[in-house]
Amino acid sequence: MLERTPVSETLAGAGAVGETGASAPLPLHAGLGGRMRAFHPLAAAIAIAAALFALAPIAGLLHRALTGKAEVWSHLIAYVLPHALWETTLLLAGLAIVCGVVGVGTAWLIASYRFPGARILAWMLALPLAFPTYIVAYVYVEVLGPFGPAQMALRGVTGWRSAADYWFPEVRSLGGAVFVLGFVLFPYVYLTALVMFRAQNFTLVESARVFGASTWRVLRDIVLPMARPAVAAGLALVLLEALNDIGAAEYLGVQTLTLSVFTTWLNRGDLAGAAQIACVLLSVIAIFIWLERYGRRLSGFVGHSASSHGTRRPMLRGWQAAGAFLACAVPVTLGFLVPFGYLAREALWRVSRDGIDPALPAHLVSTFTYAAAAVLLTLALGFGAALSARLIGRSWARLCASIAGLGYAVPGTVLALGLLTPFALIDGAINAVARGLSGAGVGLVIAGSGGAMVIAFALRFLAVATGVADAGLARIPNDFDGAARVAGAGPWALIRTIHLPLLRPALAAAALLVFVDSLKELSMALLLRPLNVETLSTYVYQFAVRGVFEDAALAALLIVALGIGPAIRTVMVTPASRA
Amino acid sequence: MSIGKHSLLAAMIAAIVPAICASAASAQGEVNVYSYREGKLIAPLFEGFTKATGIKVNVISANSGLEQRIVSEGANSPADMLLTVDIGRVQDALDAGIVQPFKSEVLEKVVPAQYRDPSGNWYAMSMRARVVYASKERVKQDAITYEELADPKWKGKICIRSGQNMYNTALFAAVVAHHGAEKAEAWLKGVKANLAQKPSGGDREVARDIAAGKCDIGVGNTYYWALMLNREADRKPWADATKVILPTFAGGGTHVNVSAAMLIKTAPNRANAVKLAEWLVSEDAQHIYADINFEYPIRAGEKLNPTIASYGTLKPDAMPLVKIMEFRKPVSALVDKVGFDN
Repeated sequence: MLERTPVSETLAGAGAVGETGASAPLPLHAGLGGRMRAFHPLAAAIAIAAALFALAPIAGLLHRALTGKAEVWSHLIAYVLPHALWETTLLLAGLAIVCGVVGVGTAWLIASYRFPGARILAWMLALPLAFPTYIVAYVYVEVLGPFGPAQMALRGVTGWRSAADYWFPEVRSLGGAVFVLGFVLFPYVYLTALVMFRAQNFTLVESARVFGASTWRVLRDIVLPMARPAVAAGLALVLLEALNDIGAAEYLGVQTLTLSVFTTWLNRGDLAGAAQIACVLLSVIAIFIWLERYGRRLSGFVGHSASSHGTRRPMLRGWQAAGAFLACAVPVTLGFLVPFGYLAREALWRVSRDGIDPALPAHLVSTFTYAAAAVLLTLALGFGAALSARLIGRSWARLCASIAGLGYAVPGTVLALGLLTPFALIDGAINAVARGLSGAGVGLVIAGSGGAMVIAFALRFLAVATGVADAGLARIPNDFDGAARVAGAGPWALIRTIHLPLLRPALAAAALLVFVDSLKELSMALLLRPLNVETLSTYVYQFAVRGVFEDAALAALLIVALGIGPAIRTVMVTPASRA
Repeated sequence: MSIGKHSLLAAMIAAIVPAICASAASAQGEVNVYSYREGKLIAPLFEGFTKATGIKVNVISANSGLEQRIVSEGANSPADMLLTVDIGRVQDALDAGIVQPFKSEVLEKVVPAQYRDPSGNWYAMSMRARVVYASKERVKQDAITYEELADPKWKGKICIRSGQNMYNTALFAAVVAHHGAEKAEAWLKGVKANLAQKPSGGDREVARDIAAGKCDIGVGNTYYWALMLNREADRKPWADATKVILPTFAGGGTHVNVSAAMLIKTAPNRANAVKLAEWLVSEDAQHIYADINFEYPIRAGEKLNPTIASYGTLKPDAMPLVKIMEFRKPVSALVDKVGFDN
């Protein structure tokens, strides 16, 4: 089985790469064909370089962690880690429940029934993905706050005078974080489950119905067990995203491990302590990656007999239709419509009152520039690693490509932390050479130019590129390679004439995804951006930490608007919706 | 895919070229400032400096991590000046070994001795006090001590932002400086026991939650309240519902924190950085600090903004800032230990 990353599984499953034309089944024996290939020094160098690139921050982190003092560690163990681990566990458990129930439930309704509005809801359910979690957190603190529309209306209706007169759920709490993150992140589960349900052999369900099984039994005994691997993969993504989050956790006052890394490092200037917590965090993440891989192994049972939909999905009527509609409409409303509507209202109102911040266009340009640079670097490295792995065809090369994708599992803060050492080494070396040649230093070539930020983005999102490339390559039959080689094509000709043309849709899909992820990225941009530079996300964050988030509503709206296209696209290309 | 690969590529190249050119800008007539100040608040000051001297100011603003960044940038760091909004950050910078002392007659004349480092490592540019916001309706008293915040009579009635926030750690460090570590721990536990809700949000939200009736008193900086009253129409009701009390330590004064300027050891534009620091204490700049940022100017005789003056006469606590600075890190650990934010 080809090694693939969590993201790629979603994307491959969601059909983001399903347009390569060659719709061959997954070549389970790719490894066998591969072993017959020759050794390519350049390909090997690329594969190894990509893996080393990803390992650099982790090595940097371990180095930092090991230089820490024992007393710091004992403070962390006594006072910081237990609480942070507990809060993190509760948050993740809560998210697993919310995202599992909402994601699977909506996917099942959309995949198995027809009801009014289902077509539109099918793609609207992916829309929350356009929101960075921190922005939704800011919005809900306002919307559900004591002077937000919800409580104002409540007081208006009941005649209560102050917030002390009644109980109202507090958004700035663990429960609030589960709510906010849950309704933004559930689409990961929705998408993987939807693909699974749509690809499933519905004859099983039909047979069960014919033999008189109730809907509930069908759900419990057939649908859910079959969906389990997809749900595990989707949940792993949700939990990784939640662990990466720092903006929302900080704003909502949840003391997660990631936030503890941030606090320990930046408030106490204790880099080693932060690196130690980061190592604990990485072990937690390793568990989720294992879980996801394990879930995928189970998926072998299900098979890929996609679009064998001989049967028509039943049409729901009456209260059943209304119930299904509501069940899908509520998550869309909470995860997208409410925050989007609020942002739009605030942006409109503020722009009409104060005009547009004259600095905003410049921030928009720099955001685009860095995101575009990150796309180029990510695609070059990711596709380079995947193509090299294919050419070499040995397991160590595929392992390299997998390692290259590790950055996705590492929270941005931790990644930035780990990169400080390598960046300092490189800049130091460049300056030493420059001094030797010309007698003068050249300053911070990497860290000072925004190169640091671009490299960090590329590292973090490399998995998207390797994943999409892997999935795309998997759809190009090995026979093509063999035929080309027999006809005398060298490795470069093979890549140029066969692989790259067939991978074009995959390249475009990966470019779009990396681009949007880079636009949204906050924690690394915050730590690594150069002088005079703001990205849209750091711009919004600065308003938020000052407690005047609404003043940045327009910038927040821009980030979300740019993410809507890719979010919808992930649904539009699922197999059944194209049929 | 609706966007062709070629047009996408072309767009990316078009976007990247200016970035590379921009990063190669020369360092003539510039000064590079790493600032903890909110970009929007500090912008008028830098604009004024550029107008007066022709020196361009490059800024990176953040609310954490700047010292660590300068450390990791090492000898090649472009940083000339670090501007903090808190004395704790000054200590962090000193500990990190990134600061060089400098002498300036202008600064020594304008900045009172207790608000600058004897050896010239840092100079305060402006002051703010950490005070109590109280409900106009529910709180009758007009005076309070910091010690009283731990009094059980306020049980369930206090709101405050995270204990790890630098403004709070500086205040808690001042408590340690006054009463010692043990009593300070008991005090911190007392305050924690009085909280109406888990610490979160910022100082503005403290005023908001008091206005909403969730708590009666809270802790905040002097300028936030003035900003809400004068500049932020949507939040004016929060200021209207609350009043500012200048608290004191029992037998002492009000806890004052400073915004300080430091020269970075590896500063490539040293002379310009010193010029900037000197300009920031000029009458023009101090007027901006007072009237646009609502701070207490460091320059003697500079007029206070009327809102700030309405709080009453500020009697700054006599405890030297250098003493308070020493306790910042232990206090941050103490906040963890007491579980203040949990």
